[in-house]
Amino acid sequence: MPVQKENVSTAISSDGGSGVSSDRLQAVARGDNIPAEVHKSVFETTPVLKINAFNLWYGTKQVIHNISMPIPRNQITALVGPSGCGKSTLLRSVNRMNDLIQNVHIAGDMQLNGDSIYDSRMDVIDLRKRMGMVFQKPNPFPMSIFENVVYALRIDGEKNRSVLEEVCEISLRGAALWDEVKDCLNDSALKLSGGQQQRLCIARAVAAEPEVLLLDEPCSALDPIATGKIEDLIQELRGQYSVLMVTHNMQQASRTSDYTAFLYLGRLIEYGPTSDIFTNPVLRETESYVTGRFG
Amino acid sequence: MAHGEPWVWLMSGSLAVAVTMIVGLLLFITIRGSLHFWPRPLYEIALSNGETWLGEVTSLETRANNLQNDTDFDDRRLVHVANFEVTGTHYKWIDENDITSTQQPRFATVVERLESGRFHGFPVRVLKNGVAVSNGPEKAWAKYKEIAPTIRQQFRDANHIDRHKRGELQQRLRSARLALFDTRLRYGTEKNSFVDAARAREKQISKEVAELSSRLDRKLASLRTANQAWDFEFETAEGQSVILPVEEIVQAWQPNNLGFWGTLRVYGARWWEFLSDDPREANSAGGVFPAICGTVSMTLIMALLVAPFGVLAALYLREYAADGPLTATVRIAINNLAGVPSIVYGAFGIGFFCYGVGGLIDEFFFRASLLADNQPTYGTGGLLWASLTLALLTLPVVIVATEEALVAVPNSMREGSYACGASKWQTIRRIVLPRALPGIMTGLILAMARAAGEVAPLMLVGVKKVALDLPFDTSFPFIHPEREFMHLAYLIYDVGFQSPNSQAAKPMVFTITLLLVVLIAALNITAIYIRSHLKRRYAPQHF
Repeated sequence: MPVQKENVSTAISSDGGSGVSSDRLQAVARGDNIPAEVHKSVFETTPVLKINAFNLWYGTKQVIHNISMPIPRNQITALVGPSGCGKSTLLRSVNRMNDLIQNVHIAGDMQLNGDSIYDSRMDVIDLRKRMGMVFQKPNPFPMSIFENVVYALRIDGEKNRSVLEEVCEISLRGAALWDEVKDCLNDSALKLSGGQQQRLCIARAVAAEPEVLLLDEPCSALDPIATGKIEDLIQELRGQYSVLMVTHNMQQASRTSDYTAFLYLGRLIEYGPTSDIFTNPVLRETESYVTGRFG
Repeated sequence: MAHGEPWVWLMSGSLAVAVTMIVGLLLFITIRGSLHFWPRPLYEIALSNGETWLGEVTSLETRANNLQNDTDFDDRRLVHVANFEVTGTHYKWIDENDITSTQQPRFATVVERLESGRFHGFPVRVLKNGVAVSNGPEKAWAKYKEIAPTIRQQFRDANHIDRHKRGELQQRLRSARLALFDTRLRYGTEKNSFVDAARAREKQISKEVAELSSRLDRKLASLRTANQAWDFEFETAEGQSVILPVEEIVQAWQPNNLGFWGTLRVYGARWWEFLSDDPREANSAGGVFPAICGTVSMTLIMALLVAPFGVLAALYLREYAADGPLTATVRIAINNLAGVPSIVYGAFGIGFFCYGVGGLIDEFFFRASLLADNQPTYGTGGLLWASLTLALLTLPVVIVATEEALVAVPNSMREGSYACGASKWQTIRRIVLPRALPGIMTGLILAMARAAGEVAPLMLVGVKKVALDLPFDTSFPFIHPEREFMHLAYLIYDVGFQSPNSQAAKPMVFTITLLLVVLIAALNITAIYIRSHLKRRYAPQHF
């Protein structure tokens, strides 16, 4: 990707001699193998998800290079990095959404609570039922609010009305949406505002009690107030769910996450507790990215 | 030029032309079609040669008598003079120069009869069994008005017995006879228990049928005698006396003596006759009820057949088939099918459905009928084959529309469903199809509109000039998909071009056209209503 390479070099050269090390990023852009800088404290947590030497290609183009990282249980982990660095692709690899795209192949593996995700015996549908996912743009289904929330149960064949109603209420309360929609559960979900729709999608994702919650830039299509609400909600999910989220917004990552991983051109550069990454990173490249000096 | 104003003018101009043409067409058909039943005054026209004519003025024209001299013009009028059995013509051109006097006699009466067209004349007396019961135009007319509804009803009852009830008996007898024949075919002609049983059954049924049929005959005879007692004597404009059996009068009115509400009532009654009655006189008079039934039932059966096939095919093509040269070829082929001339489908329909599939069905299930009566059941044109042919004809429309509707479903919704752990089929059934339903309905609407107005293939696969037996009735099995049927679009062609009485048929063409347009509009409006209802449920709203 020559364009990005150029961007990087200009960004760094414009920074002049102010101390931003460009060696690592330039080496990555050249395609060298640089070992990731993973803080020791990350290994002290119990992981819910382990990514082991994961590689992914779109056709012949490799977009994820040998990423290994544990995702801590009941914590919020943020993936940050400039556009095209493979954050979303990595996230979508966790629940194998990339299977839907033609011409994708992978090497390496991931493990969800010890079960190999890319094992040939793994049923993709079962796997996806163990995770919840929220997308960039709110994507409520064209049905009632109630049916949206209990969708995962419906496709499992759950018919018991009282079970469905209970799950619906718990999930909507969990997504901080219950008070706003409890009187109109049978209205179309498409009538909600964008922020409400996104919280509905979170409620839908938590309804099946997932082992991991995957959030793919959940606030990028929302206004600041709705974004604030979603961030508060993510805070509330801490301790209850293991969350892996992709974000473009450094403030959001620093405000909401416990751990932050910095990716660049498909490689993991640095990964550690959020406070360390934002205030005391090991690498200067990370510092210059999180402080907005490039990217 | 930079602002593109000339183009805006051109575009709006094109739109205006298109709108004008559509509105003009609809207006023309509406006016011509709806005026046909409006009662028009009867004129008594006396000519210089001593003749007197009584009729409706149909049109006026100016004609050059001499091509060399462009001042020598004559006006003439076309008069619907009726009384075919007396005058030998239905219409007559009368030169304005020959007319000595014109008037609108108060008691001039228009009589619509079962046969030989209309009769125009003056009521003289009403006779019962040849004895006058009321004399004079006023009294005779009042008497006719009094007895007409009963006689009309009795006539309809008699017709019903004659056609439907007797037909049902004949059908029973025939099927018993065929069952016997079939048993013989199967078990040989020698004496055996199966054949004996079938013969006994046939005998019993023919006994029952004979009994029922003689009862029907008696009832029919009593109705007929009651009706035939009444006659209505008229006098033509020339003073000739004509006696019409009251039973043969479909409707009668005195246009010069009606007043506004009376005119309206006659107008309504004639429309009602048109909509609810069987056609008469080679379709140029009477009603079109069988054609309405045929058109509607064919269109609905076609929609029921094409919807599942088209939607399933499109689903496979869009959701399952891998993109590649084969899929692309299939897609192009389907698009091309939409452009194949419809008569080609007709030829395919008669060759494949009627003779091929229908022939096989006859061979296996209706062998007795084929051998004994030499009569095909399914091996000839019929409602089912016509519907299937049109389903094939409209299949590309439905597939293309459904594919477009499926493409329009945002991928984010599919992904959301997959992320919840739904399988592909669950995603399609619960998310994609409901969301695509309005678009699929649009395709179906287009298909129905096309099928309802199609003529060429139908002529080959089951539409007939006259087919008074409806495709559904009260006799078992209630729906008769093998029957031939009538169709409004074909009727337009038939009445317009094949009618022996073309002047009388001309206004009928417009009326049937109007009816067809209204019928298609009604079908479409129903479908559009359903679609907008679905859209309200599934379409996204702004946030």
